[in-house]
Amino acid sequence: MKHVTKFMAAAALGASMFAIAPVASAGDELTIVSWGGAYSESQRKAFYEPYNAAGNKVTEAEYNGEVAKIKAMVEANAVTWDVIDVDTPTGLQGCAEGALETIDWAKLGLDKSKFIGAELMDCAIPNIVYGTVFGYDTSKLAEGPTSLIDLFDMAKFPGKRGLWKNPQVNLEWALIADGVPSADVYKVLGTPEGVDRAFKKLDTIKKDIVWWEAGAQAPQLLADGQVVMTSAWNGRLQTAIDADGKPFKIVWDNQALDWDWWAITKNTPKLEEAYRFIAFASQPEMMANQTKFIAYGPSNKDAVPNIDPKTLPNLPTAPDNLKTAWQLDPQFWADNGDQLKERFNAWLAQ
Amino acid sequence: MPLTVAMIADWDGKDVPGEEAFAALAADLKAAQKTRQAALIGKRLNYEIPTLKSKVTVTARKIEKVETGPWKEAVIAIDPVWNQVETWATIKRASSAYTPFYLLSVLDLKQETSGSIVQVEDNRKIYRGILWRTLGISFLVTLLTLVLGYPVAYMLATLPTRSANILLILVLLPFWTSLLVRTTAWSILLQDGGVVTQLMHVTGITWLLNLVGVLDGEPSLYKTRFSTVLAMTHIQLPFTLLPIYSVMKTISPSYMRAARSLGAKPAYAYWKVYMPQTLPGVAAGCLLTFILCLGYYITPALVGGPTDNMIAGFIDSAMNSEGNWGRASALGVVLLAATLILYYVYNKLVGIDKMKLG
Amino acid sequence: MAAPPYATRSEVVAHYGLRVYVGLVLLFLIAPILAIMPLSFNSETFFSYPMPGYSLRWYDDFFTNNRWQSALRLSLVLAFLTTLLSTTLGTLAALGLVRGNLPWRATIMAVLISPMVVPIIISAIGMFFFYAKLNMLGTLPGLVLAHTALATPFVVITVTATLSSFDKTLMRAGESLGASPTWVFFKVVLPLILPGMISGALFAFVTSFDEVIAVLFIAGPEQRTLPRQMFSGIRELISPTITAAASVLIVISTLLLVAVELLRRRSERLRGVR
Repeated sequence: MKHVTKFMAAAALGASMFAIAPVASAGDELTIVSWGGAYSESQRKAFYEPYNAAGNKVTEAEYNGEVAKIKAMVEANAVTWDVIDVDTPTGLQGCAEGALETIDWAKLGLDKSKFIGAELMDCAIPNIVYGTVFGYDTSKLAEGPTSLIDLFDMAKFPGKRGLWKNPQVNLEWALIADGVPSADVYKVLGTPEGVDRAFKKLDTIKKDIVWWEAGAQAPQLLADGQVVMTSAWNGRLQTAIDADGKPFKIVWDNQALDWDWWAITKNTPKLEEAYRFIAFASQPEMMANQTKFIAYGPSNKDAVPNIDPKTLPNLPTAPDNLKTAWQLDPQFWADNGDQLKERFNAWLAQ
Repeated sequence: MPLTVAMIADWDGKDVPGEEAFAALAADLKAAQKTRQAALIGKRLNYEIPTLKSKVTVTARKIEKVETGPWKEAVIAIDPVWNQVETWATIKRASSAYTPFYLLSVLDLKQETSGSIVQVEDNRKIYRGILWRTLGISFLVTLLTLVLGYPVAYMLATLPTRSANILLILVLLPFWTSLLVRTTAWSILLQDGGVVTQLMHVTGITWLLNLVGVLDGEPSLYKTRFSTVLAMTHIQLPFTLLPIYSVMKTISPSYMRAARSLGAKPAYAYWKVYMPQTLPGVAAGCLLTFILCLGYYITPALVGGPTDNMIAGFIDSAMNSEGNWGRASALGVVLLAATLILYYVYNKLVGIDKMKLG
Repeated sequence: MAAPPYATRSEVVAHYGLRVYVGLVLLFLIAPILAIMPLSFNSETFFSYPMPGYSLRWYDDFFTNNRWQSALRLSLVLAFLTTLLSTTLGTLAALGLVRGNLPWRATIMAVLISPMVVPIIISAIGMFFFYAKLNMLGTLPGLVLAHTALATPFVVITVTATLSSFDKTLMRAGESLGASPTWVFFKVVLPLILPGMISGALFAFVTSFDEVIAVLFIAGPEQRTLPRQMFSGIRELISPTITAAASVLIVISTLLLVAVELLRRRSERLRGVR
C-alpha cells in the first residue's frame, strides 16, 4: 500500500501544478506588439527602456499587421496584446470591426491638435510617419534605378525584386508604373477593371518577385544579394545604411506615405497602464529621441525642433523626398482590404 | 441586422422590397454604425458579393446623417446596389444560422439567388486547384519515398542483424530528429548559393542541366516546388521505409531459395514470390506517408514559395491573415474528411494496432 | 559482403547496384543533418562551404541570448509536464485496452491514435476555439493539455506493444500467491512494461519539444517555445544562431534515440523476445 500512497501523492502534486491559477504571464507587465526588427529596436531604446527604468515592465511581441489576430483575441476574450503599433489601414479596420478601444484624449493629457493626422482615426494616436520606398545595393548596381518605372523594368534591370507580401502599396505602384497618375490611383483601384489592371502589371514581374513578410527581411534580402532591389519601409533601409554600414541607396520616387499609430486592444485588462505608456511615449522629447535610432518622422509637431539636423534629410517628410510622394488612402484599404487581400492570396497561389 | 432580417423574412425574393424594409435597413445601419458593427456586417456579405463591404460601410456612414425618410430613395441614392434583388437575397441568405456558403466556396462553388449551385468566377477559383495540388504533392512524395525506401528496406531485411542494426541507425536518426530541425536544415542548405547549389556545381549537374537547356546559369532552388518535394520526401522517407522493413523481416528467405531451386530466374522469382509478400508493408507505409503529407504546413511554408502552399497553409492564412474563420473551418472540414477516409482505409487494411514506432 | 559465388553476371550487377543505390539513399537521409552541424561553427554569417573560419559565436549567442534561453526553458518545462501527463494517461489507456473483455476496442484505439494522424493544424484550430471558451488561451496548462493530446498516442502505441507480448500468467501467479491487484501491478506488471513506458515517454517528450503549430495558435505572445522561435526565425530572418539551435536539438535527439534503442534491446532480452 505504501507505493499506492506515494503514487497518489505524486498524482496530487501533478494535479496541483495545473490548479495554479491562470498564467505565469499575469502581473503588471504590459505587452506591446510591434513590427519587429530595426523598428522594434528603435522603440525599445527610445521608449521601453526608459519606461522600464521608471519601474514598469514591458513585454515585447511582434506581428506583421494581421488584424485577424487582434480580432480573434478580442472575440475569444483572451486579450494578451495590450498596446499595438498599427499602420493606418490596420488601425481603421481594427477600429471599424470593434477590435480596438476608442481613444480618450483627455485621459492621455495630450493636445490632439499637436499630432499630425490625429483626426483621421478614433482608435489610435499617431506616432510616426513612414514611407514605403524601394532600394538597391550600390556595390552591385553602379547605375541603379531612379524611378518607380525601373522597378517594373525587367529589361533594364534584370533580376529578382523583393516586395511585401501584401496587396497594399504593390497594387498602387503597379498602376502608377502602368501610367496612372498617383492622384487618381484610388479612383482606378476602386473599379474591378483597375484591380485587374494592377494585377496584370504585377504579372509581368511575378516570377521574379521574392516576397518578404516581416519588415526586417527586406534589408536582409538586399544584403544577401537575393534580390537586386526591394521595397522596404524607409527606416529599415536607413538603419542598415547607418548602423550596419550597408552600401544601400533609397529611391524616393513615388514613396507611399503612411502613419504608424499606437492603439489599445479592446477589453484589455491593462487599460490604465496602456494609456500611461502611450502618454509617456508621445511626449515630444521622447519622439525626437526615436529618430536617433530609426529615420521615421515624429507625428508630434513639438518634436520636430528637437531632431538632430543631420537626420532630417533622411526622413520621409523631408521636402526633397516628398516631391513625388503620395499618401496611402487608409479608408480605401479599410473598406477594400479584405477582398483585395483575398484576391491577392488567390493570385499568389495561381 | 435584426430589423431588416425580420422585415424580409417573408419576402418572396422576386422584386426589391418596399419602403418598410429600407426603413429597417436604415435603422439597422445607424445602430451598427454606433456600435461599430457595420464593417462586420459588410464583411460577411462581402464573402458572397465582393465589393459589398465598402458599400455597406459607406452607406452606414452616410445614412447616419440622414434624419428622415423616405428611406428607399435615400438609401438607393447613396448606392444603387441596394436597388438590386441579389443584394437583398444575399442578406436573407446570410441571416440564417446555417449556410452552405463556406463549404461551397472552398470547392469554388456558389449559390445563385435562384438557389442553383454554380462555379465561381475564374479569378476567385483557387481552392480546387489547391486541393489537387495537395493531393498531387502528397502522391509524388509518397511515390518517391517508396522508390527510395523499398530497396533500402530490402537490404536492411536481408543483411545480417549486426550490420543491419548499424544501417538502421542511419534511418532512425533522421526519424528522431525534429521535423522543424530538418526543415531548417533544408531551408539553409537550399539557399541561393548555398550547399546544394555548390554541390550541383561541383558534381557537374549544373553544367549538365545548362547543356540540355533545362537551366540557365546557377539554379535557384529556395522557395520552389522542387525544394518542397525534396524536403518532404526526406522527412517522410522513414515513415514509408520502416513498415516495409518490418514486414520484410518476417519473410523467410527459404521461399526465394525454393523458387530458385525450382528453376525460376532471379528477377522472376523476386517478382512472383518475394514482392507480393511485401505488399502489406508497402500499403501500410505508403498510406501513412500519404495521410501525413496531406496535412503538411511547416515545410511548404518555409522551403516552398507561395505557389507551393498546401491546404493547411491556406487554413492558416484564412485564419490569421484574412480573419475568415468560416473559410478556415470549411477548409479544415475538407482536409479532415480526406484524412479520416484514408485513416479508415488504413485501419481496415493494416490495423491501427500494427502501427509501430522505431 | 560479396555476391554469392554461384551468382550470374546480371545478379552480380544487381547485387552491387543495389548496394550503391542504398548507399546513396542513406546518404540522402543523413547528409542534411550532418551538413548543418559544421555550418553552426562558421565564423561568418554565410551558409556555404568552404567556411572562412571557425568560431563558437552562434553557440555563444544561443546560450546567452535571453530570447533563446527563455524559449529553451519554456520548451523544457512544457515537454517535461507533457511527458509526465501523457505517460500516465497513455499507460492507463493501454492497460485498459489490452483487457480482453473491452467492447468497442478497435474504435477506442482508433480514436486514441487519431491525434497522431489528423493534421495538427485542424487540432490546433479546434483547440483555439475550445480553449477560448475555457479562458485557457495563452496559459501554460492550456499548452500542456494540447501537447498531451498530441503526445499520448505515442505512449499508447509503445505500451500496448509491450503489453501484447506480456505473459498474463505472471499476473495470475502473483495473485495466486496472495498479492493484492495493486501490489501485483507495481511489483509484476510495472517493471515489465517500464521499457515501453519509458520509450513512450521519450516519444512524448520529443513530440512536445518539436511541436510548433498548436503553439502558434494557442500560445500567448510571451510564450515563445524553442520551435516557435526557430519557425519565426527562418520565416523572417535567417540568423546563423538557428544552425546552432538546430545542432543542439540534433544532439539531444541522437541521445534520446540511443536511449530508446538500448531500452528496446533490454526489454526484448527481458521478455525473451527473439
